[in-house]
Amino acid sequence: KIKNINFQISDGCSLLKNKVSGKSKRGGQSLTEFAPLCRITCTDEQEYTVFSCIRGRLLEVNEAILNKPDLLLEKPSTEGYIVVILPKFEESKSVTEGLLTREQYEDVLTKRNQQEPCLLTSICTLKLLTESLLNQPLKLKKKTS
Amino acid sequence: MLSLKEKDRPIVRKLLCAGCCVRCVLRFCCVGTSSAYRRSYQDLHKELLAFISEENSPQSHDASGEEKSSDAPPNKRMRIDEDSVTAAQTDSDICPVCLGVLQDFCDPSFAEQVSDAVKKQQYEFDSLVLTVSLPAQLSVREHSCWLHVKKEVREKSMCLGKDDVIQVKDAFKWAVQGKIGQELGAAVVANSPCEVSISFIHPETEEDCHFLAHTCPDCFKPTKNKASVFTRMAVVKALEKISEEKFSRHYPCPPKKANTRCTALDTTCLHTSVFIAGRYNKFSRELPQTPWVIDGERRMDGSVEELIAAPLLSSFRADGFNFSSSGREDVDVRTLGNGRPFAVELLNPHRAKFNRAEIKQLQETINQSSDKIRVRDLQIVTRDATSRMKEGEEEKTKTYSALIWTQKAIESPDLEFLANIKDLRIAQKTPLRVLHRRPLAVRQRLVHSMTTIYLDKHHFTLKLCTQAGTYIKEFVHGDFGRTKPNLCDLMKTDADILELDVESVDIDWPPAIPD
Repeated sequence: KIKNINFQISDGCSLLKNKVSGKSKRGGQSLTEFAPLCRITCTDEQEYTVFSCIRGRLLEVNEAILNKPDLLLEKPSTEGYIVVILPKFEESKSVTEGLLTREQYEDVLTKRNQQEPCLLTSICTLKLLTESLLNQPLKLKKKTS
Repeated sequence: MLSLKEKDRPIVRKLLCAGCCVRCVLRFCCVGTSSAYRRSYQDLHKELLAFISEENSPQSHDASGEEKSSDAPPNKRMRIDEDSVTAAQTDSDICPVCLGVLQDFCDPSFAEQVSDAVKKQQYEFDSLVLTVSLPAQLSVREHSCWLHVKKEVREKSMCLGKDDVIQVKDAFKWAVQGKIGQELGAAVVANSPCEVSISFIHPETEEDCHFLAHTCPDCFKPTKNKASVFTRMAVVKALEKISEEKFSRHYPCPPKKANTRCTALDTTCLHTSVFIAGRYNKFSRELPQTPWVIDGERRMDGSVEELIAAPLLSSFRADGFNFSSSGREDVDVRTLGNGRPFAVELLNPHRAKFNRAEIKQLQETINQSSDKIRVRDLQIVTRDATSRMKEGEEEKTKTYSALIWTQKAIESPDLEFLANIKDLRIAQKTPLRVLHRRPLAVRQRLVHSMTTIYLDKHHFTLKLCTQAGTYIKEFVHGDFGRTKPNLCDLMKTDADILELDVESVDIDWPPAIPD
């Protein structure tokens, strides 16, 4: 169970301070793949750092998970998103192609033999978000019950 | 007969001495009757010479003993008193003030040339406005000539304001517009949707203006896109500022003669835009409103605007168009009901007059061309009527019909509560699917009312009436919780939207045209 989520990674650097303005999203922090986004502390005192994993501009931090950390585990694909990142237009294709599918990721995990359930959810959420940011209308899929 | 007065005599003499053409002489004598400028060059010349010799009738003695009557041939050099007057002829002597604009170009042959150029472009019109563009250096020469005359006038304690002098532009228009109007069978008026432009240039004297850049540097700001810094406006401004003394030091008064006359550029025509409005339906879920092009590549064939504008472009013989509408819908959304108001601005239409029946026919043509769209209430409107359409985008309500999927199984009574929700306030963060081209913000919107039609355990039709600017898809699926409250919250289940239709755009413009 998640006890706490902290967006203050180092002294003087809190992603919560991120503020963007205008169509070109000026003011958004530039993130590299290794930029830490937040630190998650679970009830068993285990700490996990979620990294950006992609390059881009930080647009939005999901403050809803600060108040309801359970969202990360309960609704990882929807309301439990961590951040919204906008890759550079020229890089958007290469960024998406660099992501892993769920199956590929689970493969990596099995080979590594580690358990990091939180990270798994955040990667999947990242994939969803970047896809929707490319010039595609939301595909209205016929859902089967 | 010209209405010249005694006081004009020294002016006429001085100008003819300087080599001015007869029409420029008339201008500086403030002759304001347009018909005077239409008289032939020879005619005017004869009369002017007679006018200046009148003063000398009884007592003057001329060394050569030449006849100084009004029958003297205009070609001959006339010597009056000690002044030697060189009459500016048509081709050989170019007027140093107008650089020929008021000479040969006022002949009927030039007016015919202009008219032929207009006829070739095949415009339909019954009136036109003439605009004339003159090289900037003409203002400098005019100023110089005015100073030259002013000296003379002041000596005789008279006043000649610069505004009293007739402008070259006006004199030229008075001289040619009658003939042009006649040739084209149209009235030449001050205001008309059809504009015929005549432009003159004079490369030889382009540097005449340059001294002004040194004397009044603040008038001439270098701009990146304009070819020359010496625009007419800037030159006029500088001439207003510069002192008479300074001007006379830098520029000869009267102006020096030129070797060539002005050149006339090709006559151009421009018709003001015509606006066609109507309402459109979109029946396809694979048709964008505007062409979908990324990196020069077409992503989807066709568009609403191209389907509507194509027949209009060809009937009105326009050069291009601008399409605008009261809001728009996604590629995969249909527009049903009365349709969405739109307006097409047709640029430079060669034909602008259409009666009701012809517009009706155009509407039919558009409707026959494709089954993906339909157009109604097609009509010609004024430019300001289009602002009414844009106000609809912000203020009016829209109604929609959406096919909803729910994750949890539902029964008909589970939907009843939705019909009781009125004026639901929702907060929508900029949807992720448009976030790349819209600023990040939160929008407060109202969902006025909803009704439902149960379909099966996981599907129902949701009809909604919302405030303009509401993102319906996001209201249904929640957009990662960034629209709150959303339908998932209200129904306590995951839900998604499978199909969306616009049922009505509630704006009463453009006025309905009964079939």
